[in-house]
Amino acid sequence: MTARDDILGRIRTALNRPEGAGPPPAPEYANRFLIPARTQGTPAELTERFIAMATEVDISIGRVAEAGGVGTAIAAWLSAEGLPDRAVVSPDPAMDAYGLDDAPGLTIHRGATRGDDLVSITPTIAGIAETGSIMVTTGPGTPYTLNFLPETHIAIVHVDRIVGGYEDAWARVRSNGEIGAALPRTVTMITGPSRSSDIEREVTVGVHGPKRLHIVLVGDIEGGADGKKT
Amino acid sequence: MAHQTSLDFSKNAARAQADADLQSALAKLQRDTRLARPVITGRLPEFEDLRDRAVAIKDHTLAHLDHFLETFEANVTDAGGHVHWCNDAGGARETILQICRDSDAKIVGKSKSMVSEEIALNDYLIAHGLEVVETDLGEYILQLREETPSHVVMPAIHLKKEQIAETFRDHHTTLDPARPLDVPSDITEEARTKLREKFLAADVGITGANMLIAETGSIVVVTNEGNGDLTQTLPRVHIVIAAIEKVVPRVEDALSILRILARSATGQEITCYTTFATGPKRPDDLDGPEELHLILLDNGRTKLLEGEFRDVLRCIRCGACQSACPVYGAVGGHAYGGVYGGPIGAVLTPALDGIDKAWPLPEASSFCGNCEAVCPMRIPLPGLMRRWRDIAHKEKLNKAGARRGLALWAWAARRPAFYRFGARIALRLLKTLGGRRGYLRRVPLAGGWTTARDLPAPEGGTFIDRWQKESPGKTGS
Amino acid sequence: MTGAAPPVTPPVTPPVTPRVGLFATCLVDLYRPSVGFAAASLLEQAGCEVDVPRAQVCCGQPAYNAGDRTNAAAIARQTIDLFEGFDYIVAPSGSCAGMLRHHYPDLLSDDPQYATRAQSVADKTWELIGFLTDVRSWTDIDASWPASVTYHDACSGLRELGIKDQPRQLLKKVEGLELCELEAADVCCGFGGTFCIKYPEVSGAMVDNKVDDIVATGAATVLSGDLGCLMNIAGRLSRRGEAVEARHIAEILAGPATGPAIGPAIGSAADNDGGKA
Repeated sequence: MTARDDILGRIRTALNRPEGAGPPPAPEYANRFLIPARTQGTPAELTERFIAMATEVDISIGRVAEAGGVGTAIAAWLSAEGLPDRAVVSPDPAMDAYGLDDAPGLTIHRGATRGDDLVSITPTIAGIAETGSIMVTTGPGTPYTLNFLPETHIAIVHVDRIVGGYEDAWARVRSNGEIGAALPRTVTMITGPSRSSDIEREVTVGVHGPKRLHIVLVGDIEGGADGKKT
Repeated sequence: MAHQTSLDFSKNAARAQADADLQSALAKLQRDTRLARPVITGRLPEFEDLRDRAVAIKDHTLAHLDHFLETFEANVTDAGGHVHWCNDAGGARETILQICRDSDAKIVGKSKSMVSEEIALNDYLIAHGLEVVETDLGEYILQLREETPSHVVMPAIHLKKEQIAETFRDHHTTLDPARPLDVPSDITEEARTKLREKFLAADVGITGANMLIAETGSIVVVTNEGNGDLTQTLPRVHIVIAAIEKVVPRVEDALSILRILARSATGQEITCYTTFATGPKRPDDLDGPEELHLILLDNGRTKLLEGEFRDVLRCIRCGACQSACPVYGAVGGHAYGGVYGGPIGAVLTPALDGIDKAWPLPEASSFCGNCEAVCPMRIPLPGLMRRWRDIAHKEKLNKAGARRGLALWAWAARRPAFYRFGARIALRLLKTLGGRRGYLRRVPLAGGWTTARDLPAPEGGTFIDRWQKESPGKTGS
Repeated sequence: MTGAAPPVTPPVTPPVTPRVGLFATCLVDLYRPSVGFAAASLLEQAGCEVDVPRAQVCCGQPAYNAGDRTNAAAIARQTIDLFEGFDYIVAPSGSCAGMLRHHYPDLLSDDPQYATRAQSVADKTWELIGFLTDVRSWTDIDASWPASVTYHDACSGLRELGIKDQPRQLLKKVEGLELCELEAADVCCGFGGTFCIKYPEVSGAMVDNKVDDIVATGAATVLSGDLGCLMNIAGRLSRRGEAVEARHIAEILAGPATGPAIGPAIGSAADNDGGKA
């Protein structure tokens, strides 16, 4: 008798279930989704909510009209914030469209990191309006370490990939109901720079992940050429 | 880290009440929680419905636990992970040590896991020659101080920053002793640097799991610091230790629970990092662990499943009950002696350590009900404490004096005429002793009351007697 | 309203002049009969006929909470026998009303003789204030109390029975009364039945916090709906030499409250001989 047999045996006895009992019928709650109202809205409303919620958790947001302008915007932001002008970038081919290689005042290399890089630039699967979160996944072009080791994490979010709620973001990841090895190794919702309140409940930032999370929001700028920068 | 062994609540409580630093930390926790909760729950109008849904999810899962665990196991294996089932603490420790040995591990990084506290994992691994480093800031501080967590989510809540700074000075001896550590950000900056080395050097990373998702074979780990992610990604081997009740059926179920977890635990909408990890590194991934091992631990859960305490298996270890409990607020988590303090500790510790040893804990409650009111999973904590009291009473575990007093009272209460007769005498005595002042300083046999309070003198006469005199027709049956 | 249960729903067709069995509670019966008279007065003002079964003793909570289900069940059966003939059972105490309402059915669920009877007694048991506002829809308070008061939410009434707004609603009707809201009004005062005797230091710390908050309101009197809480609070106020009085809310609402407060207010420090805690 293995521990597995022991445990499953005890469970079956406790529940009075026979071995080989098939999957249970779907419970009543499974037929109704409970989706909070705040996940619903027009694209404009969801974008506004995303920005508001993200700002609340100390995520800074810069807006850029076109993908090609991202590199310049990032270079300018890093300079204005007094941050280094070198960054590690996810090797995902989608990152080629952002003008990162050519942006003056910005030097990049692609790959994973062991922590020597102080700034990272990554793509995202979605922005989630419900809590101002970004969703990132690991893959051959998106190493996980870029989200955690550098002090400054810059994440690129497209306005047309802002969704209302967690379920919507997950629908992007599992469009075909993927499970097991078909899923990315990690699917992560990031909501702010790293923080702790372990010391007398006072919030400190940058333990152990990034001290700053900056989102570059690409697309659909309203109200003027200067673009709303937060 | 020595596991608390003394379950002598009264003695522990007295010590805790004399600790001024602890008292001010607890007062702050209580007040902050009380004020923050209506705000953060008010922001989500669906909060109450989500609690109900979470209860339904967990109850359904527990009612078919074998099925969901087997499904989970199959999907983890399909993703390239290894599942190890362990009956008890000893089995889990040995299994984990073996995995470490098999990978020639020297350094083990740990992300916060209460179940690893249950099995006293760190001391065991250290005794077998491994270096173990806690990476959660609070747990790291406790590790240096050789203390145990006092709250399931905010483990070092009982400490002041001066104490933490001193601990860092004592242990981080390579740094300039004159460096400033006056503000929390100084302290956390130092921790970041120190622990970064360890994250990168660790051969094995051990995490807990907030949830296990059956349909995908994923684990869910939530942190604010990101240490859970660094612990699972950088080392070559990732070990997850989780008790069997952590499983939920689907991703959607996990999402529902996530909406109420951080809200209840820390008053946040959601934690900074919420990671769903499935299996080890894929062949084309640029980083990630080569191996994933999942330890599924029983350690008393199947016993809870079969009895009247099953509801406690819905617990998602948010700590809301601890933050809301006025008794916890008076004495802190260590006073409860076990791995878990506060209301959840009062219910779990008798199950884990035996009611014969832990009977004082379910007694140490005024049954105010605030724990149940705030528990996102609607666990009937006072009711479960009362069930432990039923068992303790039946097995005569509690104080003989108290049982005798109760038996005497109950004997009288079941004989109304005698009760009334005895009451008249006792009241006349108390009224006399109360004298002109109208209250008593000391009362024989009621030392417990007069330790902290005066006893108001009774008005005189019983209501029943006086009503009978004044309204003789209205005394019913 | 954190943690308060929603107010319970009254039955559909209430009788015109209901017969109410007044469950005095053991503390009122033994310690402070004036609360019983005040409760009866309020019930009569609200159009009820009030009876007080003579053989009533206690709801059985001390045994129930001590894990002695056998004695608790015996006392419950006694209580059911005595009270089940009334249209309503009303208690000037959230914890006693809660015991009958929520715990009697659980206690006697295995008893074929009493299971349904326990449920029907539970269904018609009410805490006094909730009964007046939610069942009788009666708020015609005819009382005056030209002074400041503060109000402590007793735990069982709040969390088991949803008593939160109703007492405040009625206090607003008292002429001249100034209600100062208590900080942390819904935090336990530390009474908890035998808890305060088993863990006196912990209970003492809890009631100390409560007294700090009460004194900070500047109110002259603290009110609540449970005599256990009030005796605990009054006892601590007295020990600390505070001048704040404690009364049951029924005493204020019923009309002229002429008797002394719970253990009279301490006027001078000389009366106090150090107030050793």
